[in-house]
Amino acid sequence: MSAAGSNLTTSTVVIERADFPCLLDALKTSRYKVIGPKLANGAVVYDELASAAELPAGWTEEQRPGLYRLNRRPDEALFGYTVGPDSWKKFFHPATAVLWQATKNANGFNVSAPAIQTQRLALLGVRACDLHAISILDSVFAQGTFSDPIWTTLRKNTFVIAVNCVEPGNTCFCTSMKTGPRASFGFDLALTEVVEPDRHYFVVVAGTNRGTALLDKVPHRAARQDENDCAEALLANAVNKMSRKLDTAGLKELLYRNHEHPRWDSVAARCLSCANCTMVCPTCFCTTVDDTSDLSGRQAARVRGWDSCFTLGFSFIHGGSVRASVRARYRQWLTHKFATWLEQFGTFGCVGCGRCITWCPVGIDVTEEIEAIQQTDGIKPRKEVK
Amino acid sequence: MMETKTLEQLLAESDFFRDLDPAYRQMLAGCGRNVVFKPGEYMFQEGEPAHEFHLIRKGKVALQIKVPGRGPVTLQTVQDGDVVGWAWLVPPHKRQYDARALELTRAVAFDGLCIRSKCEQDPKLGYEFFKRFALVMAARLSAMRLQLLDLYANP
Amino acid sequence: MQIRSGSSQNIAMPAPADPMLAQPWCVCRIVRETDDTFTLELKPQNRSGQMNFKPGQFNMLYVFGVGEIPISISGDPTQPRILLHTTREVGAVTRAMRQLKPGDVIGVRGPFGTAWPVDESEGADILIVAGGIGLAPLRPALYRILSRRDLYGRVVLLYGARTPADMLYRRELEGWRARFDLEVYATVDRAMSGWRGNVGVVTTLIPRAPFDPSSAVAFVCGPEVMMRFTVDELLKRGVQPHAIYLSLERNMKCGIGLCGHCQLGPLFVCKDGPVLRYDKLADWLQKWEA
Repeated sequence: MSAAGSNLTTSTVVIERADFPCLLDALKTSRYKVIGPKLANGAVVYDELASAAELPAGWTEEQRPGLYRLNRRPDEALFGYTVGPDSWKKFFHPATAVLWQATKNANGFNVSAPAIQTQRLALLGVRACDLHAISILDSVFAQGTFSDPIWTTLRKNTFVIAVNCVEPGNTCFCTSMKTGPRASFGFDLALTEVVEPDRHYFVVVAGTNRGTALLDKVPHRAARQDENDCAEALLANAVNKMSRKLDTAGLKELLYRNHEHPRWDSVAARCLSCANCTMVCPTCFCTTVDDTSDLSGRQAARVRGWDSCFTLGFSFIHGGSVRASVRARYRQWLTHKFATWLEQFGTFGCVGCGRCITWCPVGIDVTEEIEAIQQTDGIKPRKEVK
Repeated sequence: MMETKTLEQLLAESDFFRDLDPAYRQMLAGCGRNVVFKPGEYMFQEGEPAHEFHLIRKGKVALQIKVPGRGPVTLQTVQDGDVVGWAWLVPPHKRQYDARALELTRAVAFDGLCIRSKCEQDPKLGYEFFKRFALVMAARLSAMRLQLLDLYANP
Repeated sequence: MQIRSGSSQNIAMPAPADPMLAQPWCVCRIVRETDDTFTLELKPQNRSGQMNFKPGQFNMLYVFGVGEIPISISGDPTQPRILLHTTREVGAVTRAMRQLKPGDVIGVRGPFGTAWPVDESEGADILIVAGGIGLAPLRPALYRILSRRDLYGRVVLLYGARTPADMLYRRELEGWRARFDLEVYATVDRAMSGWRGNVGVVTTLIPRAPFDPSSAVAFVCGPEVMMRFTVDELLKRGVQPHAIYLSLERNMKCGIGLCGHCQLGPLFVCKDGPVLRYDKLADWLQKWEA
């Protein structure tokens, strides 16, 4: 199914920029609702696209720890940015969902679950890191002892058009997490955008028969060697330009044995436990439930919503919270992403998208925190009397 | 039928004295005598001079403190194989609580004065004794701490 | 006699239908056990209803319009048409439960979680150490063991409660104590005047408990501190770390491993537990605020 880099020469096609809107048209004709990047509230978000004209052509992002700005590009690239505060999880793991409603009756009460509305989404512009994130959440929600019917129902019929990153964001570190910048699986089509002074085109590879079938509806031709070489060069360039790195060798064991490392105190002094990181993270999946009833007491409902392990109440049991300190909660999140997730699901929970670094109001950088622990592995906290 | 053992045999079998040099054990047996307490009988009471310690052979003893308005409050119960009383080792050698038999209790009472003077003369014996008593006190302290935590209380 | 590695007890038993949908059960009666602890006795709404559960498993119990909490099943697994849950009154949901009347309906989701390895421990001596309300999740294991008593060696129950008045299932305890094939030792942290039983923490009962450490399996449940110190005493006596099982509790919103709240390190207490083997748990139990 997936096309590895070396096969590009044999199965890539080129779509000219002028023909790009036909891709969206073809999706719409096939009854897909196209979701893709758009500008809103000063950021690139994922929302329904009425047409290709709504893509943020000519825009890019400046991202740094705690900073996100939109800037104009010198060209009109359609995908000249990386990832904003949105991730694709909101379409399959909604921020709020009614699980069931109940009505009191003579025999007690009657529970009914609302039918989960199926959808037919075409995701346009999925980065490689996000492809991994979606796959990770598939293993959480669809491949465990219990699966989530909301996730599995909403995930069906999803058409995925991946976009290879040719310019890494400043906070990205997908190469370290081995999740990018090249999309290598989980897509129907993958695009690499090439913008040259006199030409603007996309080198496209199909990942599924469905993808090939859609391509037939869009003007395209086989890619030439030089066009493939261009795309490859851009991808290689992206790898080289990635400035943020993380050494993941032995990371699980490192975090396990440094449970009392003084760095946790240092990050706790900065962390606001605002939960931004968990909201923007494409793999964070924790939820809570809210049991409600109306004033008459005859109607009740259970609503599920996104939750964050950064909240004090997250680990509350009678008597108090297990993780009462910010230090413990930050450590829980980081250890989950980079260590315990491996034992639970077989992969890291982090895909190196950099969103948590960008959207942290105080600019905490997970790669920097981990590196600090790596460099002082095993250090014992100084016993100070404060 | 309970076999009659010599004190020395008893000491050899008890956890407290088991690994002691047999010569010391023999000497200690010479400082001990069998005693029996009927249910409800006091082994000793708070404030009394403390010159004995007891090794319980069989029975159950409540360590209590009398609290005005509440009566005798049991802090802890001890039974077969336990050693009771450490005030004989530590000045001012006064009992810090009551020890009351809850059921028929057979014990060995050791002459503390005699042992204390022998420990002064033979520091090695003294060390062996303090080692063992330290263990007993450590275990009691540890258990007391858990009791203090009141873990089963409604939070 | 060989203690099997207990792999089958680690697979959570799937519940019927949509595991997030509450099934209605009727309140039969509410039994006051102590000042602040009560047992909810439930029966199915229709004739064919029942819940096959394994000792150690729990249900998510829902009070209409109030909320839902996890409570261990404390009844007899050989009687699937009577569901018992013993709980303390500690919050809004349990307070609401306490006010329920016979005939009221409660939502039940479950049974969830792993079970005490009663099958895997056949042939072994069984040591059950319960602290406070920890006796409730252990009672189904004891019922199960007593229903096939011949298959086990010595069976010993050590029970620590706050005071004599806080002892759960007092009459049942006295009945168990009277049996010739079961040893029961109880102790309290503090006694009333007139109490002639043991006073002291339950760990003090371990050194003298009559069981063979080399062939024993221990089931432990109670406040986490109590379990930690109990394990220390058990290890001191020579019980193997892989033969000690604890039952943990954590905040749970779903009970099926999807909400993330109940994690302790890599373990989801709702599906990798609540019954967990000590050697798999040891590192995480020692990490403060893990």
